[in-house]
Amino acid sequence: MYHKTTGYRIFTAFNYLILLAAGLLCIIPIIHILAISFSASAPANAHLVGLWPVDWNTDSYTKTMNNPNFLRAFWISIGRTALGASITLAVIVLGGYALSKDQRVFKSRNFYAWYFVFTMWFSGGIIPLYIVIRNLHLMNTIWSLVLPGAVAVFNMILLMNFFRATPKELEEAAFIDGAGHFSILFRVYLPLAMPALATMTLFTIVGNWNAWFDALLYINDYRNYPLATFLQTVIVQQDFSKLNPDVNELKNISQRTVKAAQIFIGMLPVLLVYPFLQRFFVKGIVLGAVKE
Amino acid sequence: MPSNDALGQTSLEHKTKAKGMKRTWPLHLMLLPAVLIQFVFVYLPLGGLVIAFQDYKPYDGLFHSKWVGLEHFKYMFQYPDIKQVIFNTAFIAALKIIFNIIVPFAFALLLNEVRVNPFKRTVQTLVYLPYFISWVFLGGILNDMLASDGIINTLLHNWFGLNEPILFLGDGNWFRFTVILSDIWQQFGYGTIVYLAALAGINPALYEAAEVDGASRWKQTKHVTIPSLMPIVVVVGTLALGNILNAGFDQIFNLYNPLVYDKGDIIDTFVYRTGILNGQYSLATAVGIFKSIIGFVLIVVGYRIAYKVADYKIF
Repeated sequence: MYHKTTGYRIFTAFNYLILLAAGLLCIIPIIHILAISFSASAPANAHLVGLWPVDWNTDSYTKTMNNPNFLRAFWISIGRTALGASITLAVIVLGGYALSKDQRVFKSRNFYAWYFVFTMWFSGGIIPLYIVIRNLHLMNTIWSLVLPGAVAVFNMILLMNFFRATPKELEEAAFIDGAGHFSILFRVYLPLAMPALATMTLFTIVGNWNAWFDALLYINDYRNYPLATFLQTVIVQQDFSKLNPDVNELKNISQRTVKAAQIFIGMLPVLLVYPFLQRFFVKGIVLGAVKE
Repeated sequence: MPSNDALGQTSLEHKTKAKGMKRTWPLHLMLLPAVLIQFVFVYLPLGGLVIAFQDYKPYDGLFHSKWVGLEHFKYMFQYPDIKQVIFNTAFIAALKIIFNIIVPFAFALLLNEVRVNPFKRTVQTLVYLPYFISWVFLGGILNDMLASDGIINTLLHNWFGLNEPILFLGDGNWFRFTVILSDIWQQFGYGTIVYLAALAGINPALYEAAEVDGASRWKQTKHVTIPSLMPIVVVVGTLALGNILNAGFDQIFNLYNPLVYDKGDIIDTFVYRTGILNGQYSLATAVGIFKSIIGFVLIVVGYRIAYKVADYKIF
């Protein structure tokens, strides 16, 4: 038995070390930024902060929370995420169910399937989309952010595969009891598709929360920016011109500890939902992706 | 007769079942929202592709702008920086594709040797995490850590006595290195999922047979595990081909600066700067079409190879 050989034991020891190092490598940058955000300005600017705060204080969070621009962007992000995720989930659950029907039962199924798959491969690109959004007068509205990407076709296909794996007998029994498609979807399929649904929820929440480029294009007024876009301009581009801040505010925004606090708050919702939903997603994706 | 009764029952059942399932209007209704949204935000913009063949002026609109044929496509290839930009894109994308196959593959093999489940789950939870964080935030963190006076350079100085700071984001070659490495860092955990799923599907009898023959764990890996995973590697690799002109807009846009345009500028960032910021809408659209055509051809080729070699189909 190979388990007991010395070679394998040495390998196992190294293996655990490597895996642990890889795991730590993935969260150390986050811990580092968290440590900076809770440190005093002086040690942070002198780059004395590693993984533990130096001169613990919550100044940077007070400043961030007192910044009306930041708070507004935060609430816009919450709203956008709630609205965007609900629309996407509704649309892909309904669509995924309809597409999971056999073509013998649902003749137009293949037409619809190709209609959606086509959109995965071809798109007009940002400028034609921009023109359409402008002509529909969606500029500067939340709809320009949540609608264009609302139909997550790939996720819809994953859900479709998940629904297909549900035993047909359940569906037939429900039909005999007089149920229609809508009640079968909501009372038979969805309860069984919880892992897939949790996975899709995670993806859509994270996707909406993290999106930033769309608002850069379609939102002209920085006061309507969601948080990711707001931080992109302020922290990454370092472009404060749109905010017209006074000197004091500018000093606050560009402080290293304040930047760290803003980045951390920006990541927080994802860090919070991720652990609860991620345990489903291996099952949610795998069952959807692997076919017999 | 009891058998007749039974027959009658079945045909009745069939009728009800057929009736319930044959009503397809609810299915059309379910698809309606998705169909409408895609029509407006994907199919309508496809019509807008004509502006690549026009001298598009926002004021004149789609219907009154002047037609110029392939002018913008010609102009695109004469643009001074375009060859460099295309090269940068393909170069960065190719390296990302290669490493994003190798690293998750190796990682999945290592993870597969772990017998302590809580440890395995913890590692998995940690390594998937960066995939879910936006490049805006990661860019903010990396910009801070990799600055010339940042924590990484400080550590390099203290531990290895490095006197000159490394300009990770300010020097073209280092920029490429940083972009590729940080992309691997962000993606490898998530990429592992596919291989872990495939590993779980390997027939245990193969290992038992190998063990009876006295194969060491390394021999088992070499002769059972790796060959079993090869089809999935082929699928992932060939499908990734379609992305050869997608070097990662989100990431590069959030990391780059004018200092590294020569080696770090990719098609998407170039289109954003020339097309959108400078208002050359027609040129930007032409470049977009060029990108789509190459991408599409490669996707089709990829699918064909994946189908031939690994018997892979989308549906």
